[in-house]
Amino acid sequence: MSTKIKDATIPHIPTSARISRWIGRNLIRIYAVFAFTYLFIPVAYTFAFSFNDSGKSNLIWKGFTLDNWQNPCGAPEVCTALVNSIKIGFLATFFSTILGTMIAFAIGRYSFKGRSTSNLMIFLPMATPEIVLGASLLSLFLVFKINPGFWPTVIAHVVFCVSFVVVTVKARIASLDPRLEQAAMDLYANERETFRRVTLPLVAPGIAAAALLAFSLSFDDYIITNFNSGTLKTFPEFVYASAARGIPAQANVIGSAMFFLALAIVITGQIVGRKRKVSA
Amino acid sequence: MRKIRTPYLLLLPGFAFLFTFFILPIMNLAQTSTQTPVGGGDTGQYEQTLRFSNYIDAFVENREQFGRSFVYATIATLLALAIAYPLAYAIALKGGKLKNFMLILVIAPFFTSFLLRTVAWKQILGEEGFVVPTLRTFGIISDSTTLTSTSFAVVMGMTYNFLPFMTLPLYASIDRIDPRTLEASGDLYANGFTTFRRVTLPLSMPGVVAGTLLTFIPAAGDYVNAAILGSPNTKMIGNVIESRYLKIVDYPTAAALSFTLMVVILILVTFYIRKAGTEELV
Amino acid sequence: MTKESISAKGDLRLTRLTKSYGDFTAVDDLSLIIPEGSFFALLGPSGCGKTTTLRMIAGLEEPTVGSIHLGSTDITTTKPYQRPINTVFQNYALFPHLTIFENIAFGLRRRGIKDVDAAVSKVLDLVELPHLAQRKPTQLSGGQQQRIALARAIVNRPALLLLDEPLGALDLKLRRQMQIELKWIQKEVGLTFVHVTHDQEEAMTMADTIAVMNEGQIEQMGSPADLYDNPKTAFVANFLGQSNLIKGTISGNDGDSHIVDLFGQKISLPKNRSHANDQFIYAGIRPEKFRISRLGTPTSGNILTGGHIEDVSYIGVSTQYQVEMPWGQELMVFEQNDDGVAPFSKDEEVNISWEPVFTFGLRGDEDATAGSEVNPEELDEE
Repeated sequence: MSTKIKDATIPHIPTSARISRWIGRNLIRIYAVFAFTYLFIPVAYTFAFSFNDSGKSNLIWKGFTLDNWQNPCGAPEVCTALVNSIKIGFLATFFSTILGTMIAFAIGRYSFKGRSTSNLMIFLPMATPEIVLGASLLSLFLVFKINPGFWPTVIAHVVFCVSFVVVTVKARIASLDPRLEQAAMDLYANERETFRRVTLPLVAPGIAAAALLAFSLSFDDYIITNFNSGTLKTFPEFVYASAARGIPAQANVIGSAMFFLALAIVITGQIVGRKRKVSA
Repeated sequence: MRKIRTPYLLLLPGFAFLFTFFILPIMNLAQTSTQTPVGGGDTGQYEQTLRFSNYIDAFVENREQFGRSFVYATIATLLALAIAYPLAYAIALKGGKLKNFMLILVIAPFFTSFLLRTVAWKQILGEEGFVVPTLRTFGIISDSTTLTSTSFAVVMGMTYNFLPFMTLPLYASIDRIDPRTLEASGDLYANGFTTFRRVTLPLSMPGVVAGTLLTFIPAAGDYVNAAILGSPNTKMIGNVIESRYLKIVDYPTAAALSFTLMVVILILVTFYIRKAGTEELV
Repeated sequence: MTKESISAKGDLRLTRLTKSYGDFTAVDDLSLIIPEGSFFALLGPSGCGKTTTLRMIAGLEEPTVGSIHLGSTDITTTKPYQRPINTVFQNYALFPHLTIFENIAFGLRRRGIKDVDAAVSKVLDLVELPHLAQRKPTQLSGGQQQRIALARAIVNRPALLLLDEPLGALDLKLRRQMQIELKWIQKEVGLTFVHVTHDQEEAMTMADTIAVMNEGQIEQMGSPADLYDNPKTAFVANFLGQSNLIKGTISGNDGDSHIVDLFGQKISLPKNRSHANDQFIYAGIRPEKFRISRLGTPTSGNILTGGHIEDVSYIGVSTQYQVEMPWGQELMVFEQNDDGVAPFSKDEEVNISWEPVFTFGLRGDEDATAGSEVNPEELDEE
């Protein structure tokens, strides 16, 4: 800046107006801060109490310790439950992602008789309360003399995850530019090659997001699992069962660890996605 | 849009699965709901008697819980809407570069098991937490009032747990609004409130509809919040169904209740969607 | 893939090509031969069917009726990946998940060519972007993407290269530059280019032959000069550049010229430039062929008197005048500002004159406004 503007007038806004304008502009941002705080209160609480030197009952703060983190499987059944949740989660994710992706392609790419009925079929499980899904499946299993347990739980999870997978993948398919596939065919790729080299790679992020969603829904599920797991306990079931007498701090450890792990995965995904767009 | 066979082939596995494990169970549910216990038989043995009065009995006996479920679900949905809308608005229209990060912050708490979070609320709102003593010190509540085991706690828990289901569709819908339409509104003499009422709100309606549905439907059938944060006075229909299935073995009643719940929700949803005018939800 | 289709070459022949969607006919009984090695332009307004025609040539749409031949091979029903034809799409359609190198190599790899390095580098040099090989399409500017889309098509040495309004998204300066470059590349590489555009200046700059399309049919085909100097229909006269069309009747003849009566004034029109089929005729003259002169100044050739200058627009290179004639019509005149003569001013009384050989004659039953304005309803995608 070479010369200062000498005689120009600076617009004068009275302080009271300045304050009220600042508030008006930032009111919603202030609200957001409060809202986020509210969202994180129980998470922070869970995390804090994971360090509680509590013994079996983690209700009152007794003292700080790292023991729980060093020995996360210390409480009985905690790690069994966790492993069950993870196993069921992977299987449910695997099957629901495959089935759901196929359905998403069918509905999203083809116009055929029964397309709107198919859409309805997908919407129904999402519109049914979990308790109805869980209870009805239990009834069916009992009729066929199948005992609740591991595989019935996997099946139950797939039922309610499929619809979410379909919706997620369908959204991704819809955003695909059809001209990219035309360009591929124009460049000597037949239908199969076009799908393999252009369509699938471009839909893949949607499929990955759907799989992640399915896993989270499955891992965190309680109601449907409660009806169909029998004697097997998943992590949420473990927490519920021990809620009365006091949840061991190890559960807090696992909960917090899952939180940080998931956060790390999501943030990494974001950074990787952003790197692809910025010039190398 | 090519060969006609392909879509059907793609749909086959998924729909066969859903038919077997979704449609059939519901049909079975309907069938069970009209059964009666076999006289003199073991617990859990029923015969089909097409006893439709099961429904009447079940409903009459549990109308209190039915009513309560829908009341709680409605309140929780409205509260969630009130809390989530400004949040979604803030992220979509004022988020700027931090948009994605803020979205992650909304979803992140839900990486911790929802049961852990609900139990955490129980302890936070309980005698040993910091909320109650603080409120008592400021005289806002009396020394004998507790926050846990109340309908307040249950509704609060439900609102909290379903918040991301409300926030994300709202965000998606608000994010789609071209900010220049808001500028145009200001250019045409509308102040902040009017712009919101006449431009932002109508344009975000699809998100409102999706969010309220995604919140209300699971909320009506929920029983975990009621179990952990409530008391026998706050029992929801979900609790009843659960106990009839897993504790007291009374499948016909439980089936009748489940089926009724499902049908009522479907009817409400259909009316709601039609009134709101959204065509394709999925 | 049929080996025979892939190796077809020769002139492109469209025979009675028609494409209908229900009641709507996008391309109506179109027949056309595009000679091998030429730069051919399909020119027309939005909705005229030019892009549909292009997509049928590429194989991305199937004709309802008609056939397409490349040389002696009938390619009408072959799939796009079986045709030795490549397309440069309007929005470039570069694969976002592949690098520039892989984008360009895509066609080569699908054809089973293992060693792609040399071919890809060569074509990158041709479009002057060798340093971008490892970037992704989203990291490139619009102009760069356009050149890569071109490179991706050219590297396959197709018998026919189709360009679907490839310069539409570029700004004016870049567009002009690309027009020259494309023409140069076509000559260098020797491929047949078929260029679809609605920009008549672009078509005239680049093409050897232009086919003007309107409502699914070809109105006229020829070299840019032919079309401009001697349009056969009002549409072509108005769409390509601008025209003054004056209604008149043929009242006599003088050797190999008609005498045409325009509202009482008589002008001369060479018979071989008349397309009228009875005595009703539109006399057409391009605005730059007109000369304005003040009353009393000597003039030659065809003369129209009684003009009254209504509007003057100074454009730098030229001055444009609207001259109102006694019969109420306003004629457009473009005068080059090349002789330092003071321009005419509003309200002056003037004469208009021009060399008779520049006149063209259109049928009297033509719609004189065809092709001159953009009909708002035609602004949709074809």
